[in-house]
Amino acid sequence: MAEHDPHAAKDPKAGPGTTGHEWDGIREFDNPLPRWWVLTFYACIAWAVVYWVLMPAWPIPGGQTNGVLGQSDRRNVATDVAGLQAARAPQMALLTSVPLESVAAHPEAGPVAQEVGRLAFAANCATCHGAGGAGAVGYPSLADDVWLWDGSLAGIRQTLDVGIRGDHPDTRFSAMPAFGRDGLLTREEVADTAQYVLKISGQTANPAAAARGQAVFAANCTSCHGVDGRGDMTQGAPNLTDREWVFGGSAAAITGQIQNGRGGVMPAWESRLDPATLNAIAVYVHGLGGGT
Amino acid sequence: MGANQQVAVRSPYRLDIMFMGAVVALVLVWGAFAAALGSDAPMRLQGYVAIVLASLAGATMVFGAQAGTLGVDRDAYSDGVIRYGVFMSTFWGIVGMLVGVVIAAQLAFPTLFSHPDFGFLNFGRLRPVHTSGVIFAFGGNVLIATSFYVVQRTCRAKLWGGLLPWFVFWGYNALIVMAALGYVTGITQGQEYAEPPWYLDIWLTIVWVAYLLVFLGTIRKRTAPHVYVANWFYLAFIVTVAMLHIVNNLQVPVDAFSSVSYPVFGGVQNALTQWWYGHNAVGFFLTAGFLGIMYYFVPKQAQRPVYSYQLSIVHFWALIFIYIWAGPHHLHYTALPQWAQTLGMTFSIILWMPSWGGMINGMMTLSGAWDKLRTDPVLRMLVASLAFYGMSTFEGPLMSVRAVNSLSHYTDWTIGHVHSGALGWVALVSFGALYCLAPWLWKRERLYSLKLVETHFWLSTVGILLYISSMWVSGIMQGLMWRDYNELGFLTYSFIETVKAMHPAYVVRLVGGLLFLSGAFVMAYNLWRTARGDVRDAERALYPDAPPAGNTTPGAPQPAAVPAE
Repeated sequence: MAEHDPHAAKDPKAGPGTTGHEWDGIREFDNPLPRWWVLTFYACIAWAVVYWVLMPAWPIPGGQTNGVLGQSDRRNVATDVAGLQAARAPQMALLTSVPLESVAAHPEAGPVAQEVGRLAFAANCATCHGAGGAGAVGYPSLADDVWLWDGSLAGIRQTLDVGIRGDHPDTRFSAMPAFGRDGLLTREEVADTAQYVLKISGQTANPAAAARGQAVFAANCTSCHGVDGRGDMTQGAPNLTDREWVFGGSAAAITGQIQNGRGGVMPAWESRLDPATLNAIAVYVHGLGGGT
Repeated sequence: MGANQQVAVRSPYRLDIMFMGAVVALVLVWGAFAAALGSDAPMRLQGYVAIVLASLAGATMVFGAQAGTLGVDRDAYSDGVIRYGVFMSTFWGIVGMLVGVVIAAQLAFPTLFSHPDFGFLNFGRLRPVHTSGVIFAFGGNVLIATSFYVVQRTCRAKLWGGLLPWFVFWGYNALIVMAALGYVTGITQGQEYAEPPWYLDIWLTIVWVAYLLVFLGTIRKRTAPHVYVANWFYLAFIVTVAMLHIVNNLQVPVDAFSSVSYPVFGGVQNALTQWWYGHNAVGFFLTAGFLGIMYYFVPKQAQRPVYSYQLSIVHFWALIFIYIWAGPHHLHYTALPQWAQTLGMTFSIILWMPSWGGMINGMMTLSGAWDKLRTDPVLRMLVASLAFYGMSTFEGPLMSVRAVNSLSHYTDWTIGHVHSGALGWVALVSFGALYCLAPWLWKRERLYSLKLVETHFWLSTVGILLYISSMWVSGIMQGLMWRDYNELGFLTYSFIETVKAMHPAYVVRLVGGLLFLSGAFVMAYNLWRTARGDVRDAERALYPDAPPAGNTTPGAPQPAAVPAE
């Protein structure tokens, strides 16, 4: 390396001199390529050539050079996925072989259901229902014991399979009319009914308006929400007396709901997730706050 | 073509002005149709903006002709357009970095400026404004301005093409305005770093060909015997970006007045074309172009000869021939055939030394002048840019290795890598060049304040370090969380848990970005005071070495030999 001693080359007074060209005051030394640079460059090329020999590398007529190691990403992925499925198979089988109601208490299936359910919920359900099933406006909380539809294990599994107001032929379906928007009730009647709903949910309400609203409620709302406003789980009609709300419990929110009759949509998961995973989610959600 | 310059000056038929007039008229017609018949409101807005911009250009030319200011002074370098370029570079740099800080804040606090009914400020709209803003608006203006400056000085020739350089400059900046307005109103082609719609792609092609002609024409009529290495890099950048831009934007529009178009390539072919484009935008726009800047401004500011002519030749051609192969490393473990991934990875590894050739040549140019790093903060900025360049051109090949990529890809490690190159290399070398250019172009004795350059240097450096280290932590952590399995054979973490874990790193990144942005404001103030001709007298004793003055007359004899130390 002595002839490439950078200090010798760098010294403009004793170095190799410049090329003799000059541009706007800039000149160039005629230093040779640094040897370590050249050797590293060659080493990288040599490494690449070795890699080309070992692995699929160059396109040739009819395909590509496959490399002496015979590596294939696609085969590797298929092998890895199959291996993982095989390793998980005994545990996943438990989720469908053990009766759904017994999974949670089952010494082997229980922990598996909890783990699979937690992950599948976080990956697929938490987007709407929130982490831990806390819910948001328009997206029901799953972490309490109040249920719109059936909150039993089988009922939750059914909801997962068919969805709500979705495109599954057996989807759970109900539609609250848009009483105000569609002119079924006058503006005053909508406001009075909202006051009545405030009253039966135990909130402060205008007594006179609530009294007028009671009559409107009896004529229009009881077929779904029941005479006492306690709802009907068979048609997904919420209990209005429990202070748990989907679209909010303020006077404005209730008025808006009577006006527009909103209803959320949940997709059907039957064709997206396998039965074992669906069972696991049902067990997990039931554990969050399920009931009957 | 060299003769055309003479025609443009002496003949009453100014080809440059006739060309620009025709272009302005065409844009006016298209804008009128788009404003009237546009397929949706954002498209009609594009039409109106095109009318406004073309009218401004037309009015400037008409008034200029009446006032007699469209003449070309053959005895002076074309520096007016470069002064505008310095201004626009600074302006777009601040805009692009500001939007970057906003979207960094949105990533840390997702509800910030998020309005479902008013999408202009949503992350998805602002993100391309940031990337295009810093790469193409800031970086592009720096490249155009410095290349115009360097090619004139090193060729000892005035820019070719009469007023064509002004067309290149304003045409390019008009493209940026139209594209950014399109992004926030929802017009995008949906290909990363190639978001502008088809009609702006055509516009950029016209502008870019004019840029190429100006550059080639200037080299052709040079009075210096040889072409300096910086010009090789600039030329490689201009030619290759033209090729990349055209091939990656082969689209069929659904209607002449709709922003929607469909690519001629489909599926994995489209993906490969896109990353052939995307990676070589890094290679030829952000590397080759800025190496052109480095090869002029580092030896100029250090007042030292370039370390090795031989190295410059070898690493130039190696870089040009090898970079173009590396694109497939953006598509590891995808539908792209494995052999193409192999080639992308191995050529990326081979690219390591050709990339480092530029760093070695820049760094070693300081041999015998290392003491200047203590006394010249502008030079320190240029050298720091080379250090970050060396680091990110090592990190890039490392991340292209498939085993590493399986951890790093789709994580913030990639974001950190990009920013160590973009902030550390591209922005710092640009800042250094702008600090050199301001006193040269406005013919000032020295910069307003070298102390403020020091402040800028430290704000930038600390900002970059916070940015890239937080992204290393965030990216590697997320990559490891994604691949973590529990004892039952299931993934340990859901995606949302990895996002939650990254929040602290996002806050640190935001702080780093804010520091970097504040440094850009310090620079803008310093450049403005310099252009005004102010100097902080108190600093004269602190920094006795003023930067060297540039050469101001085409064909003038070169300055005497490089001063001895």
